[in-house]
Parts: sequence; C-alpha cells; structure tokens
Amino acid sequence: MKAYPKKFLIKLYKTMVRIRLCEESLVEPILNGEIRCPVHLYSGEEAIATGVCAALSEEDYIFGTHRSHGHYLAKGGSMGELIAEIYGKETGCSRGRGGSMHIIEPEKGMMGAAPIVAGTISLAVGAALAARIRRDKRVSVSFFGDGATGEGVLYESLNFAALKCLPILFVCENNLYSTHMPIRECRSNLPISHTGKSFGVSALRVNGNDVLKLYETAKDAVSSCREGRGPVFIECMTYRLRGHVGADDNIQGEHTDIRPQEELEKWKRKDPIPNFKRYLIKNAIAENDELARIELMAQAEVRDAHAFTKDSPHPKQSDIEKYVFKK
Amino acid sequence: MMAVDESVFLIGQGVKSPWYVGNTTKGLLDRYGTERVIDTPVSENAVTGSAVGAALVGMRPVVVHPRMDFMLYAFDPIINEAANWHYMFGGKLPVPLVIWGIVNRGGEQAAQHSQALHALFAHIPGLKVVMPSTPYDAKGLMIAAIRDDNPVVYIDDRWLYAVDGEVPEGIYEVPLGKAVLRREGKDVTIAANSHMVYIAMVAAEQLARDGIEAEVLDMRTIKPIDKGLLAASASKTGRVVVADGGWKTYGVSAEISALASEEAFGYLKAPVVRVTVPDLPAPASSVLEKIYYPDSEKVVEAVKRTLSHGKEG
Repeated sequence: MKAYPKKFLIKLYKTMVRIRLCEESLVEPILNGEIRCPVHLYSGEEAIATGVCAALSEEDYIFGTHRSHGHYLAKGGSMGELIAEIYGKETGCSRGRGGSMHIIEPEKGMMGAAPIVAGTISLAVGAALAARIRRDKRVSVSFFGDGATGEGVLYESLNFAALKCLPILFVCENNLYSTHMPIRECRSNLPISHTGKSFGVSALRVNGNDVLKLYETAKDAVSSCREGRGPVFIECMTYRLRGHVGADDNIQGEHTDIRPQEELEKWKRKDPIPNFKRYLIKNAIAENDELARIELMAQAEVRDAHAFTKDSPHPKQSDIEKYVFKK
Repeated sequence: MMAVDESVFLIGQGVKSPWYVGNTTKGLLDRYGTERVIDTPVSENAVTGSAVGAALVGMRPVVVHPRMDFMLYAFDPIINEAANWHYMFGGKLPVPLVIWGIVNRGGEQAAQHSQALHALFAHIPGLKVVMPSTPYDAKGLMIAAIRDDNPVVYIDDRWLYAVDGEVPEGIYEVPLGKAVLRREGKDVTIAANSHMVYIAMVAAEQLARDGIEAEVLDMRTIKPIDKGLLAASASKTGRVVVADGGWKTYGVSAEISALASEEAFGYLKAPVVRVTVPDLPAPASSVLEKIYYPDSEKVVEAVKRTLSHGKEG
C-alpha cells in the first residue's frame, strides 16, 4: 500500500462526505414535494466519482448520466448551483433549464450529464478524439451505469475508441440494477468488464466502494491514456443505498424499491464512507475529531447551498425562448 | 475552412474513398491527413455522437452521412443531445457542428437508400437545416454552417452533383435563414428547395411559353425558414405552389403552406398547391420511379391548378 499525503486522503474523505450530505439533504424535500424534478441519488456510490476525479486534472473532461450529482461535485462543481438547479432556479448550473438530470460545469471539465441511457458515452469519445487531434494530453471519462450496457452505442463507442487508441476511461458504475431490473435479468454474461476485453481494451473489475482502489486504478488508467495507450475500461462494483429515483423508489414519491432487504443491509455494511473513515483512523491518519469537523464543515456547506437556493429567483417566463440557439 | 481553422475536421463513412461521398472530399486526405479526415467503421450512432462530443469541447466537426437513411441510427446524438444541449444547460455550452447528409434518390436504390428526411430534422427545436441547390450555395452554406455555433443539418441531393456552376475561390458565406429569388414573376410563386429548384426553373420556362410568369423562390434554409421573402413573394403573386422533394404529409411543403396562410392570407387568391413525392416508400423499378419523383410537368400542372382557382379573387 502506497503512502499518500494526509492532505490528499482527507480530501478524498471530505469529497465523499460532501456528496453524501448533499444527496441526503434532498430526501426530505423530495418526499414533501418541494423538489419536483426527477432526482437520482448517488448515495452509496460516492467512492467512484471521488476516486476517479481525484486522478484527473481540472482540464480533463467528464460526462455523466441521470445519476451525476456526485460526478459534478467531485469534479469541482458548486453545491449551491447544483441544488439551485434541482429546484429550477435561475442561479442553477443550467439556469433552471435542466434540473437534476442535466448538470454541467464546463470550466471544471464537467461537460454535461444527461439521462438518455448510454447517450453521453459517444460524446465522451468525441472529447477524447478532440484531445487526440489537438494533442493536448487531456483525458476524457465516460461515467455510465450497468443499464447502459444494454445499449448498442456502448459497443460502437468501445470499438471506435479502441481503433483510434483514444484517451478515454469507460467507467461503468455497476450497481446491479437497471432501474427495477436486477442485472441477471438484463445480461447473459454478468461481468461487464468482459465487454471491454472483447474489444481489445484493457479492462478491470474493481471494488467500487473502495475509494483508494478507485483512485489508484483511475490514476494508472489516466497515465496509460496520456501515453497514448488508451482506452481503459473500469467496471466498478457498487450499490445504491437509495432508490432508482427519489428516496427509496422506482417511481419518485412512491415507496416502490423492490430490492431484498437483506441485500440492502449487506451493502450498507460496505458503505464506502464509514469504511474509509475506519481506514483513516486505523492507520492513524486522522482522529475522529478531525473527521467530525470535516463532516460539520460539509453540513454547513449543504446548509449554505440550500439557503442560496431559497434566496434565488426562478427563471423569468419571458426568457423561455432564450438559449435554443447560441446567437 | 480546414485550411483557415484548425478546429474543423471531417469524419464519417467513406471520406477517404474516391467515390463514396460523390467525390466531394477528393484531395482532403492528402492535405490534412488521417487525424482530420477520419474515415470510420459503420457506426453512425457512436461516430455522430463523437462529433457532438468534439464540438462540445470546442472543435468544429463536419460529420458526413453519405446516405441519409443511415443517419436514422444517429437520431439520439443529433436530436436528444446536440439539438437540446445548449438549451438544457442554460446556454453553458454550444454545439458548433455540421451534420452533412446526402439524399441518394433514384437509380433503383429503393426505399432504404433514397429517403429525403429533411422534414424530420426541421421539426426539432435547436437544429438548423439547410438544403443548397447551386454549387455556389453548396460552398457558401457549408462555410456558414461550419462557422455557426449551433448544430446545422446540411442536406445535399445526389442529383445536384450533376449541376455545374461558378464557385469562387476563397472563403465566403451564404447566410443561413435567407431564401433567394431565382426567377422573378408576377403570376405565381413556386417555393422550392434543393433539387426541386431546378425542376421549378424548368417548369417556369414551360409556363413562360404559355404567357405565365412564375416566380421561383429557392428557400435554401428550411429552418429557420425565410418567412419574410416567402410572405413578400406570396403577397405579390397571390398564388403559391410548393415544390419539395420530401413526402407530403407533415412535410416541409405543409409548413410552407401554413406559413403562406399565416403570413399572407389576405393576399392569397387560391389555396396553396403542393408538389412532393407521394406518401409511400421509394420503389426500385425505374418504371415506378418515373412516376414517384415529381418532374416539371407536375409543377406546371400544379401552377395551372392554382391559376384556375378563383381567378379574379
């Protein structure tokens, strides 16, 4: 196990805690109807966005999905603008035109998240292609779920990226469910990493709840890509602690999670955040108090983000036509 | 454009083939190499999506589909992603992209190699759709499309490749959204696009021999469409025939008819008459093709029909 600077490890912890507290702060407003747009919480999967984005520079690109609050925050997006977007406010990162499923921060390399399953994979390939043409050494990351492996464009994208040795990480967040469908009812061949291998792409399957493992895997993958040996395919085994959409639902506002309780309990024991906290304490990297302070700071950030949202105006109705085209 | 702007690149099937894209990309590979002239496997969805992604990070790609029918595989990146991106992210990122589709009508190629699908794209908010008819416009509209910061669907008709015309050296633009009068007349307006402009011009010659002066309007851009010139011409002549190479129902001809009524109703002396391909798939046999594709006779008939209606209205 490589020794990392304390500052770096603490930052990983802080990022995961920020994502978790941000996500959990949305549960109540979803249930009471204050938040209306569909919200897909990232709770339980924080290690992936955190570990992968820690291996990237600000100039590198990421593309996300319907479940991308974590990717956005880990890449440096503002929490206030995220929550304002979810509430449909003009100060949101997409000026209230996108909602939870359309979040973006181009200045931090978060080039957009969109909910057409697998729809952003080829866009990430295009960003990698641009990096190749401009020889600027940037790397592109496509985050997608296990459900996206049912879409043909993944396979076209893998082939094209492999053919051109593009600097792209295909990061599959395998949370074992495609909305309500268990993966064994969706795939004939369960390990998704095999998909990468069949295109001659370097492919790994890793514990998606181990932030350090994710960071190390992504770091190696990013180096390979920068040296012209991309792409790399990483399957991250994880689990969402919340429902497909909303708090614990398949339909937002209904309690319709059909996953077995014992399975959920098993994965709660694998929660990436308490596990990493235990690691930090056990290895004498940080003490409980210090980590508690980080949690308090994250809570304050969440409070501020909600306050910022409450104080923010909605878009003007007279601006409804704005932004169809860039003038 | 590739010489003056390094962010421009060409990607798609057959771009290095000497024959695939009607010879229109000849010589580009030698000048710009395989990094900027990218021939691809048959993967329209991923390749078009890659062009969208490259545009999002500041390139100005031109993605070509030598047969438009195959572009249907790329509906997701074109419609869900490119067309919506600027709006749904509140104007944060533009998509400066050209999607170039070629209509391959005729030649007994049948239903899946001949479709003119421009109306499908023109229906979508966030897309611009251009259809040049002359070599001069083909270049000028392509340059304007590349320079535009939005996704532009640029649609060529294979039959136009037989047309000769003056094309200046150097960079010039034909503005998007501007129609042009190809022939002036006082009796009837024929609003046409792409190859139908030639059919309309031939029809206008025939009509002139009968003493009928037809005005031929080349729409050039079907979205955003030039309402102003259409309304001005329709108001002047009072009669409108629309000639479009797509299907009739819910098509471009339907939109132009509706616009004529919205913008020039008080001036119209007769209902708008439409000349289009019939609402059925393209047949293979040349005997059937002959009656499937509208010719100048059909346009002449349409003009006579509108002239016979409410003469002194």
